[in-house]
Amino acid sequence: MPDTPMLEIADLHAFYGESHILHGVGLEVRQGEVVTLLGRNGAGKTTTMRAVMGIVSKRTGSIRFRGTELVGMAQHRVARLGIGYVPEERGIFSSLSVDENLTLPPVVKPGGMTVAQIHELFPNLVGRGSTQGTRLSGGEQQMLAVARILRTGADLILLDEPTEGLAPVIIEQIGRAIHALKRRGFTILMVEQNFRFAATIADRHYVMEEGHVVDMIPNDQLAANSEKLHTYLGV
Amino acid sequence: MVTLFGIPTQALFGQLLLGLINGSFYALLSLGLAVIFGMLNVINFAHGALYMVGAFAAWLLMQHFGIGYWPALLLAPLLVGLFGVVLEKTMLSRLYKLDHLYGLLLTFGVALILEGAFRHWYGASGQPYPIPDALRGGQNLGFMFLPNYRGWVIVASLITCLGTWYAIERTRLGAYLRAATENPTLVQAFGINVPVMVTLTYGFGVALAGLAGVLAAPIYQVNPLMGSNLIVVVFAVVVIGGMGSILGAIVTGLGLGLLEGLAKVVYPEASNIVVFVVMAIVLLIKPAGLFGRER
Repeated sequence: MPDTPMLEIADLHAFYGESHILHGVGLEVRQGEVVTLLGRNGAGKTTTMRAVMGIVSKRTGSIRFRGTELVGMAQHRVARLGIGYVPEERGIFSSLSVDENLTLPPVVKPGGMTVAQIHELFPNLVGRGSTQGTRLSGGEQQMLAVARILRTGADLILLDEPTEGLAPVIIEQIGRAIHALKRRGFTILMVEQNFRFAATIADRHYVMEEGHVVDMIPNDQLAANSEKLHTYLGV
Repeated sequence: MVTLFGIPTQALFGQLLLGLINGSFYALLSLGLAVIFGMLNVINFAHGALYMVGAFAAWLLMQHFGIGYWPALLLAPLLVGLFGVVLEKTMLSRLYKLDHLYGLLLTFGVALILEGAFRHWYGASGQPYPIPDALRGGQNLGFMFLPNYRGWVIVASLITCLGTWYAIERTRLGAYLRAATENPTLVQAFGINVPVMVTLTYGFGVALAGLAGVLAAPIYQVNPLMGSNLIVVVFAVVVIGGMGSILGAIVTGLGLGLLEGLAKVVYPEASNIVVFVVMAIVLLIKPAGLFGRER
């Protein structure tokens, strides 16, 4: 049923200690879509992702994944439902080799990609298996951070700023990989500051401001809304 | 008399053996401390007391149930590990959000309670624990006499240490452990139940102390204060090796045991402080410890 959203967030509030970060976020992601969260720094994009994963545990409202409520669920169960998380800081472990990093996240569902398929997608990782994870370049670490999720069988991937701080040629490569993932049927929710990059990939964009979703722009109407978007993003 | 550098070889090797035995216990105990510190960020002050409880568990199993050394070698660490699991689950886990000092204070309190309780029940004088029959006697190595049991302690401790090192550095479970030590939040977000891992890690770490206690029982007497005498040196070993470093704990433990033994022959007056002198020097030159990484 392509009409029921895969991920449905409604009236989500989230807190870091005493600070109230999200003020009623609502959005949805349908199966097979690539959706981005756009917005300035501090708008709550990363917090939204972290709230989905349960990393921000102080939250109210509703986050439904295929109908299952995630608010109140034990943190380690979220990934087991088939949600893969690629954090902004990439989270490559320095005490683990590239191979160990790649195979760390447990397989949660059948249908994940094989290491051979992953290597085909990210040829830079081939032959680097025994290298210490953090000795890879920033771009390669980003590829590894995405690659390790693909093995697990997760079919919703949360990508937090996959292009941050990377050279244009690497961004292109990441972009090609995300396109390939989309063709394979992965559903992707992506935080992205670089909306030119986002425009090449996404189906829809949500714009966040101060802990709210303030707008939703389908990708084909991006040009028509470019002025509005510039105001939102301050670019 | 045969001498080496003017020291009778019998005395030299005898002391080195003694040093190696002590080093084996240092290694086992500091290994457990390192595993626990790496994962929980808790300096487990109860470690020495749990080593003592391990020895007492073996002694009690023999006294009350007629259970001998070999089964006790498995049972006593299991009991101590179980105690650790309960301790972590009911008390220690509540303190992680607070300053690390609270974990230290709690485990220090637990150590005092355990030692006090055992002293109350069994007095401060030691209880003898027999060497198992299979390990009585000794070998004449030509240059020295090696009691079988002491040889066994060294071998058993080495196997345990290397096995632990292998499990942590080379297996998938170990990869989880190392990853969770670095970034527990992310490991949890990958679907691994980190709190359970933390509990089991603590249980495993203290089980190592329990095992050391059983190994020690036939050598030293089973005594409520046997742990507190040892633990001070073990903490120095951990500091020298580098907090949380697995290999550092093993190598430093054995090395310092040997160094102590050597000091006993060369300059006996210094043997009790040599470890602390080394600690002071290491702290001055490499504060993170010989094998430690700066955090």
